[in-house]
Amino acid sequence: MQTSRWIEIVVGVFVAAGIGAFFVLAMKVSNLSEFGGQNGYTVTAEFDNIGGLKVRAPVTVAGVTVGRVSSIQFDNDRYEAVVRMNIEKRYDKFPVDTSARIFTAGLLGEQYVSLQPGGAEQYLKDGSRIKLTQSALVLEQLIGQLLFSKASGGPSAQ
Amino acid sequence: MEAAGVIDWLQHMGRFGLGLFERLGRAGLFLVQVLGGLGSLLPRPGLVVAQVYSAGVLSLLIIVVSGLFVGMVLGLQGYNTLVKFNAEESLGVVVSLSLVRELGPVISALLFAGRAGSALTAEIGLMKATEQLSGMEMMAVDPLKRVVAPRFLAGVISLPLLAVIFSMVGVFGGYFVGVDLLGVDPGAFWSQMQSKVDFQVDILNGVIKSAVFGFVVTWIAVFEGYDAVPTSEGVSRATTRTVVYASLAVLALDFVLTAIMFKGM
Repeated sequence: MQTSRWIEIVVGVFVAAGIGAFFVLAMKVSNLSEFGGQNGYTVTAEFDNIGGLKVRAPVTVAGVTVGRVSSIQFDNDRYEAVVRMNIEKRYDKFPVDTSARIFTAGLLGEQYVSLQPGGAEQYLKDGSRIKLTQSALVLEQLIGQLLFSKASGGPSAQ
Repeated sequence: MEAAGVIDWLQHMGRFGLGLFERLGRAGLFLVQVLGGLGSLLPRPGLVVAQVYSAGVLSLLIIVVSGLFVGMVLGLQGYNTLVKFNAEESLGVVVSLSLVRELGPVISALLFAGRAGSALTAEIGLMKATEQLSGMEMMAVDPLKRVVAPRFLAGVISLPLLAVIFSMVGVFGGYFVGVDLLGVDPGAFWSQMQSKVDFQVDILNGVIKSAVFGFVVTWIAVFEGYDAVPTSEGVSRATTRTVVYASLAVLALDFVLTAIMFKGM
């Protein structure tokens, strides 16, 4: 009887340790503590060029992550990329004239969407569309422009 | 003369194929019977608890020790590679993603097959060889319900728990090597990890993987034991087959599951 009680206690400790390890992984290792799943609202934005933006890339305002990119599609009629962003419910006061830009974190870092709040009275809500967008910088385009302006004797020539 | 040789060879292949499918079919029927017997465990959870002890708790030491060392090796190797790109802050991401997605489920399943799966096969095979199983049948006790079902359920419960513990210990092993020994910034270690590891995509999929592995490894182990030739040699062969088949099944299934779960990432 004593041994069976002992075994049950040890098994209980084992199961508790497993569940505890799962919670440590969930809270300390993954982004669960930062962003609770999909319970936010979705806004869309169209970009001419999204560069290397990926699904699950962060959406930031003033450098703080407020949401994630949930899907990226190509609009076959307008030749634009449609980026859906899922933004946390508690950040619900972005004006409708908020603009979205794609930046790169560091020189080689991943790309993210940065929102720049505007001044309108109405707020973005589920399904809204961000009209003001600025595409990602593509290094080759930048170098091309630089070379072009240099060749034509522009002000950037040194 | 030539043709006869070819026909003999074909016959040999055919016999091999038929034997393989017959065994697979028996294993499938066996699984259905075991799953059907799971319901009878509800009034007697003590049977499962005792098996979780022998399959899970007793495997804990080897899981924790290997998790620690795997995490430490990942920390060391990852650091040496990442420092060339000045990206040693990403060490946490490398360690945790490798552990949670792949190494945790796979290595725990391999260790589990060797530590607990072989023991299951030997135990059930010996019960069969010493005619304990037929003895139970004589007493109108279904050995599938009394012996096999609790062991099966215990394996399916234990492996995901062991894999999660393995991953967690490994992350802390990588933290120990990366932060305490090699001087990676601890804040960057955790924050990079948290921003790159997704709960649903990475952690839940890892747990699903280990549940599938637990199911397959335990299934193979109990089937090999139950199907063993009831002699000492037969039991020894069945034990070897359990470890070989279970390891191969885990590695092959891991590829399939990874291809399904992480295809676009």
